[in-house]
Amino acid sequence: MSTAETAAAAAPAETDTVGHGDISVGVSGAGASGDGAASATRITPGNALRPEDIALAVSRGAAKPSDDVAEFALRVGDDALILAQRLGHWISRAPELEEDIALGNIALDQLGHARSFLSYAGGLDGRSEDDLAYFRREHEFRSAELFEQPNGDFAVTIARQFVVSYYQFELYRRLTSSTDATLAGIAAKAVKEVDYHRDHSAQWVLRLAQGTDESREKMIHGFKVIWPYVDELFRDDELTGRLSEAGAAPQPSSLREDFDRLTGEVLAEAELEVPHVQPAPGGGRRGLHSEHLGYLLAEMQVLAREYPGASW
Amino acid sequence: MASQTLQSVPAEPSPARHEQSLEDAARRDAEGQAYFDKVMAEDSRIEPRDWMPPAYRKTLLRQISQHAHSEIIGMQPEANWISRAPSLKRKAILMAKVQDEAGHGLYLYSAAETLGQPRDAMMQDLMDGKAKYSSIFNYPARTWADMGAIGWMVDGAAIANQVPLCRASFGPYGRAMVRVCKEESFHQRQGFEILLELSNGTPEQKQMAQDAVNRWYAPALMMFGPPDDDSPNSKQSMAWNIKRFSNDELRNRFVGMMMEQVKVLGLTLPDKDIRFNEETKKWEHGPLDWDEFHEVLAGRGPCNAQRLERRREAHQNGAWVREAAAAYAEKQSRKQAEKESAA
Repeated sequence: MSTAETAAAAAPAETDTVGHGDISVGVSGAGASGDGAASATRITPGNALRPEDIALAVSRGAAKPSDDVAEFALRVGDDALILAQRLGHWISRAPELEEDIALGNIALDQLGHARSFLSYAGGLDGRSEDDLAYFRREHEFRSAELFEQPNGDFAVTIARQFVVSYYQFELYRRLTSSTDATLAGIAAKAVKEVDYHRDHSAQWVLRLAQGTDESREKMIHGFKVIWPYVDELFRDDELTGRLSEAGAAPQPSSLREDFDRLTGEVLAEAELEVPHVQPAPGGGRRGLHSEHLGYLLAEMQVLAREYPGASW
Repeated sequence: MASQTLQSVPAEPSPARHEQSLEDAARRDAEGQAYFDKVMAEDSRIEPRDWMPPAYRKTLLRQISQHAHSEIIGMQPEANWISRAPSLKRKAILMAKVQDEAGHGLYLYSAAETLGQPRDAMMQDLMDGKAKYSSIFNYPARTWADMGAIGWMVDGAAIANQVPLCRASFGPYGRAMVRVCKEESFHQRQGFEILLELSNGTPEQKQMAQDAVNRWYAPALMMFGPPDDDSPNSKQSMAWNIKRFSNDELRNRFVGMMMEQVKVLGLTLPDKDIRFNEETKKWEHGPLDWDEFHEVLAGRGPCNAQRLERRREAHQNGAWVREAAAAYAEKQSRKQAEKESAA
């Protein structure tokens, strides 16, 4: 297989000057937007905003979210956390060593974003990222249902990742100009990483859709399984209305046009259609989850809850 | 002496030189051997395109591919705890560590490929049970403390083994080891830190740490291979500048390192016979159960079947993906060729 291509996706060349054009697949929007000088892989530790920095700022009172911003940070933090938990399962099980590394990388990026957002959200009432991750119950999680959908086969995972990364890219891109400086800072780091995730998933959509008959069938099936959960991502509610008015976060519905256009370009090149499926009502933002989340949390939280109060 | 003018002899006969006769081949072998001997005498490096003795090639291919397989199978016991890591920071560190191991596997397979065997073939040998990997990974990672013990002891033993390999006479292997060792030393530190945290935690946590150290101690010591008087290949490997120190030498050195560090951890090693021999100036340890070592090596360890099945399952489940990627790449290059011929 095209080992070099997948390896390149996992480890972008150091010599890029514009985005990461060395692995461009000719899809506009996929990896074409990054600022090369600000590549996520080349941020020096001194400049990168780490979850620990946010936790420190919060504990010193240097950063404190409003009620609304904290609730919003829980939403995006939970999205990333639940996805990281799903993706982590692929490590040591991927179709190729290069994908063990690539999916592991994406999981790590998502986990990093989750830790930052959750550390910030916890600033409201003094809870840590771990308090929020390990000691909340299912109905207290605010992730959209898409993120908890099972990995399925590789095509389902790629379909989910494709939707997630194009959604997150549009969201984070807008959050970089949030009136909330911490949200803007986290998003500025995250958007560069998510840009790579878009490229990775777009490349796989093309490969699977245009590889063999079997892979095409599986890719079509993957999108069919995932697409019912797309609409929830773009639904506005009272919270997003207030945040949008305050300039802290965009209305989810305002991301839809760019999402549709950019994913549409990749799908068109892959000769795929948007699946004709009915949208699920969703409810994750209000703590109403699909049946899958409980098992995921049970596994994730088991050890921490066995030893409450312990330090690791 | 003639050795001043000796030059590398290419591993493959050059078509331009019309080396067809047996006599030519014999001359090439003699020239190649002379250059090889000089490299060994000067403790310098053999590169993939150089002529090398078939047994040297075979030994390296076996050792490097086994090393690569160990990295890949070694991902499993730790991947077992990614989903349950007790804090998000530990989860991130563990994910990064297991990911590093996939990376080590890749460097090593690439180094082995320079000796003429494709990765697919090596993988197939692993899945068919024809190739070996480090026995240690056939033990189960039962508790979170095992993440600490594996990092501290298993990666610690690996470092003790691998640092001298950075000077291995085969260039690609030595260079791969430089990078691998750098990452391994992070891995060892994170393992030590996990144990330290547990040891300073609740009594239950400390017990969990001690229990893990007890279980991993002997298997970690056996990672250095059988005792010197039962290690038939060691002598030749040392003559070829692949191996620099004997199994027992490395093992004893490692025991000494652990003895210092275990004090800081506030834990103990499950071996009452450890002592520093003032006469030999070497550390000594109690007897190890080599029967168990040979049993596990022969496939009768606690997790041998599970580890191989998991590798086979991942490989089989991924077959359609690899086929798709290959088919897509071929279609793309055909399109490209058509475009070029039309232009």
